[in-house]
Amino acid sequence: MENQAVGQVASERLRVHFPDHIQVADCYQCGKCTAGCPVAIHMDVAPNQVVRLAQLGEWEKALRSRAIWECVGCQTCSTRCPKEVDCAGVMDALREASLARGMAAHERLPVVSFQEIFLENIRRNGRLNELELIGRFKMDVLVHTGRILFLFKDAGLAPKLGKRKKLHLSSGKASDRGVVDRIFERCSNGRKR
Amino acid sequence: MNIGYYPGCALHGSSNDYEQSLRACLSALDVQLGEIKDWICCGATAAHSLNHKLSLALPARNLAVAERDGFKQLFAPCPLCSMQLLKVKRAVADERVRKELSEIVEADVRGESEVLNLIQLFENIGLERLKSAVKTPLESITAACYYGCLLTRPPDVVHFDDFEQPSSMESVVAALGAKTVEWNYKTECCGAGMTMSNEDIVLELAHKILSNAAEHGANCLVVACPMCHVNLDMKQAAVERRFGKKLGMVVYYLSDLVGLALGLSAEQLGINRHFVTKA
Amino acid sequence: MSRIGVFTCWCGENIARTVDVEEVAKRVAELPGVRCSLNYKYMCADPGQAIVRERIASEKLDGVVVASCSPHMHLKTFRNAAQAAGLNPYLVEMANIREQCSWVHHDRALATAKAIEIIHLAVEKVRNDAALKPIRVPVTRRALVIGGGVAGIQAALDIADAGHEVVMVEREPSIGGKMAGLSETFPTLDCSQCILTPRMVEVGQHPRIKLYSYSEVEKVEGFVGNFKITIRQKARYVDVSKCTGCGECWNICPLKRNPSEFDYGMGMRPAIYIPFPQAVPARPVIDKSVCAKLIRNGCGLCEKKCKAGALNFKDEDRLVEEAVGSVVVATGYKLYSIAKSQPKATLAGYGEYGYGKYKDVIDSLQFERLVSASGPTGGVLKRPSDGAIPKSVVFISCVGSRDNAKGLPYCSKICCMYTAKHTMLYKHKVHDGQAHVFYMDIRAGGKGYDEFVRRAIEQDGAQYYRGRVSKITQEGGKLVVRGADTLAGMPVTIEADLVVLAAAMRPADGIEELAQKLNIGTDEFGFLLESHPKLRPVETNTAGIFIAGACHSPKDIPESVAQASAAASKVQVMLAADELTREPEIAAINEQTCAACFTCVHTCPYHAIERAEVRTPRGAFIKNTARVNPGLCMGCGTCVSVCPSKSADLQGFTDQQVYAMVESLA
Repeated sequence: MENQAVGQVASERLRVHFPDHIQVADCYQCGKCTAGCPVAIHMDVAPNQVVRLAQLGEWEKALRSRAIWECVGCQTCSTRCPKEVDCAGVMDALREASLARGMAAHERLPVVSFQEIFLENIRRNGRLNELELIGRFKMDVLVHTGRILFLFKDAGLAPKLGKRKKLHLSSGKASDRGVVDRIFERCSNGRKR
Repeated sequence: MNIGYYPGCALHGSSNDYEQSLRACLSALDVQLGEIKDWICCGATAAHSLNHKLSLALPARNLAVAERDGFKQLFAPCPLCSMQLLKVKRAVADERVRKELSEIVEADVRGESEVLNLIQLFENIGLERLKSAVKTPLESITAACYYGCLLTRPPDVVHFDDFEQPSSMESVVAALGAKTVEWNYKTECCGAGMTMSNEDIVLELAHKILSNAAEHGANCLVVACPMCHVNLDMKQAAVERRFGKKLGMVVYYLSDLVGLALGLSAEQLGINRHFVTKA
Repeated sequence: MSRIGVFTCWCGENIARTVDVEEVAKRVAELPGVRCSLNYKYMCADPGQAIVRERIASEKLDGVVVASCSPHMHLKTFRNAAQAAGLNPYLVEMANIREQCSWVHHDRALATAKAIEIIHLAVEKVRNDAALKPIRVPVTRRALVIGGGVAGIQAALDIADAGHEVVMVEREPSIGGKMAGLSETFPTLDCSQCILTPRMVEVGQHPRIKLYSYSEVEKVEGFVGNFKITIRQKARYVDVSKCTGCGECWNICPLKRNPSEFDYGMGMRPAIYIPFPQAVPARPVIDKSVCAKLIRNGCGLCEKKCKAGALNFKDEDRLVEEAVGSVVVATGYKLYSIAKSQPKATLAGYGEYGYGKYKDVIDSLQFERLVSASGPTGGVLKRPSDGAIPKSVVFISCVGSRDNAKGLPYCSKICCMYTAKHTMLYKHKVHDGQAHVFYMDIRAGGKGYDEFVRRAIEQDGAQYYRGRVSKITQEGGKLVVRGADTLAGMPVTIEADLVVLAAAMRPADGIEELAQKLNIGTDEFGFLLESHPKLRPVETNTAGIFIAGACHSPKDIPESVAQASAAASKVQVMLAADELTREPEIAAINEQTCAACFTCVHTCPYHAIERAEVRTPRGAFIKNTARVNPGLCMGCGTCVSVCPSKSADLQGFTDQQVYAMVESLA
């Protein structure tokens, strides 16, 4: 009993507030999302189970799952849901909360780093600088996982891209980067990596 | 025809072959692309995955700038960009949200401009007009039209074509004298932006897509999305290695096919810059 | 001068606990017109009623007020008591001092004062009551049954066996409905036609049932007890009085390949056809959209072959009138159309399931025809595309049902049971086949139902997966079904040879037009509305019209049969005598003062007011007037409120009465 009470308090603290249009209570666990998800077989928790965890208030499990980061955002789940629950939106909200609360495992999931580095990149440049993105991402993976070989993965692609004039040493930058930085600031709630 | 143009980061980055193709093909059709000044990244996958407010704010800024520059129509060749712009249009129907977003992006977001993807652009130009402009009917092309995820989903945002059995791209391709096939992976995801961060998924999904197209008799694919193109074209060699099979499927941008039918050369359209150039 | 008796009830402690009933009886005795006032513990009990009767006689009362519970409870009780004592029952009023006083207040003094006021109002009302007489409406002692499925058949037989004539109208060329097309029925696995056809024959041969097949209800006029129904008999192009049903015509017909409606497109039928061999009546019809003779005066082989000379290519639709007193609507159901194109904008279809695109994706009724012994494949389960026997069949539940996104949020009730049945029928026919079922829940609440489903799983080896299916695609000769099992938390992909979709049940086509003709309500899904969901499941809000079967809501055969018998019993009550008695508390129009503006005619929700003429005995015209039809009026009072000349008034609730009550409080 005591454990349950403590668990409940801790869970409340972790509660994720979804945008107004998402009503997880509407989900009747039919599994159509799981059925149509292209990556469900790789997930530790199936998409319908992620929503179930949200229904049960099991925020710890939901926010630490790998599933929310395996999700490719293809929107198939939300499109087919018979109860019009925006399952893809649930995934987005859980990702945001997971990172904000430091519960996303960077060492297990390179994609987490990738998204963070991407955002920093466009904050700095206004538009994406691909070389910078690739470089920082590979360094980040090395730092988190120690995988030196990752630095050189797909290195063979570089000359191929160069030959096809697809590599840009200097990328175009947005001329007014100040406004981009200010937009980020206003949307940040004081968060910084 | 003068139309607003929002290229997005991919088209000015490693998918600039798509832009080359667009510019060549559209100028042959007398369509002027007015690139909006000071456009910024729409936020792509990273924004909606990590920051809900930012995912609306970044595209909202672009919509506001386009409207400020007087563009009633805004063409976005990347479906992730166009979908985000449409999401903003839907969100600002709520006046409270419109005001908040306008304050954040320091510009008036009205959400009135029409947002077009590549297929809609060709529909705007007119399929009959395209047909009559064809100089070289593409008789050797049997294409599998690949829509990917975000051209037709989420349907309550993009309101485009039949999201289970789309056919708009096939209509454009048919107008060029080419054949299309009915196949089963038209709207199955290719792995999107996970090319670098989760390559295994991309290779697995790309393998299914390319194989199914071949099994249904296609000799090439057609796409209207730069991410899909990267995953199916640039990564095709990796797919072949991983799964031990030869695929040799050329992946055309829709504008490539239109350009070829209009009599433009592969070099003009940048097709020679693809990774897979011959079957 | 009035002689009113007031009887105040204790209702045990229900009233007496809060209201000082003795004080009430004492004070009420002082009201003008009150001849006697007393109180008693249980007025509704026999001794209480006896007191009322006794006092009416001894005090020569001309009005009675019983101060007790709601009139819904015992108004009839006390009216009967008054009548037994020789007092007109409509000179009895109830003062509700329980539900509207003692049950909702706590303060004894205030409650007592309020009770006295309530009784005062009732006394004023009774003082102005008129000695109304019940209305007698003549009844045509015949019934109409619309729909010849199992529900319509049951209702018709019950009513006809009770001695009344029944007119049955059936839209299809034969009666039998959906049940005639089923293979076997759960939970007994009886052969459907075997148990139904004896009933069908009984209907066809019953001396008191007049069957109009291949016909529809064109118009409904009149009111309860006195309906005039116009029926359109569609042209068969076959004279049924001459035809012997020998079958020469449909055997010789060269246009053999028209999709059979009875087989839901799984088989073919000729241009001249009977829908199935056991049809009642066993007389063919000609499909005028394909018949060469009717279209361009060609062929004519059937006419040449017919020894009875029964072909009549000049046949036309015929309109027939029938007078009936009561109607039972039993028009049944159809399946939700799963293909993308839909009849209503709010329904979205299932593009992801490939119905209509892939030949081997069929719905449950189509499956029934494929496994039916008298079906297009002779009971051998051959799949539509290539006739192969499927070794792997996927059954998908809840297609269209329980789906807010596609527009039908309700459960269709029967699919869990018939899907289990389908897996068993499949296993019995294809011993080495495997049935897979994707479900969300199992609804098996009837007698022996749950055991039936368990039998399908435990004994007949059906594999059940708890989850919906996201998409079906075709690869080579296989249908790739992508579903999920939420219990194991994983996607499940099955390669099937055949897919059967359990489509939602919807009311039959044309239900809204029919409901309008009958002036009965439908819900948002088109199902016919009952009077009260708990206590009046077969009555509608229009007197004389009853409903039974799947047209009311999704249900299985036992429930349809039970509901049909229930509707039949209501009809029998109505047809029990030559006259119907109705309560007289209805509107009446003072024809002298009526200005004939006819505002009431337009506003009456029951179309109960007619335009009429006032004439001299010899027929000379005096004036126009509105006139209430006492058979239809429901006493709602709308006409009273709109009448500009105050000519319309409500018997038993006249303006005078209401003003008297209101002013008594001032």
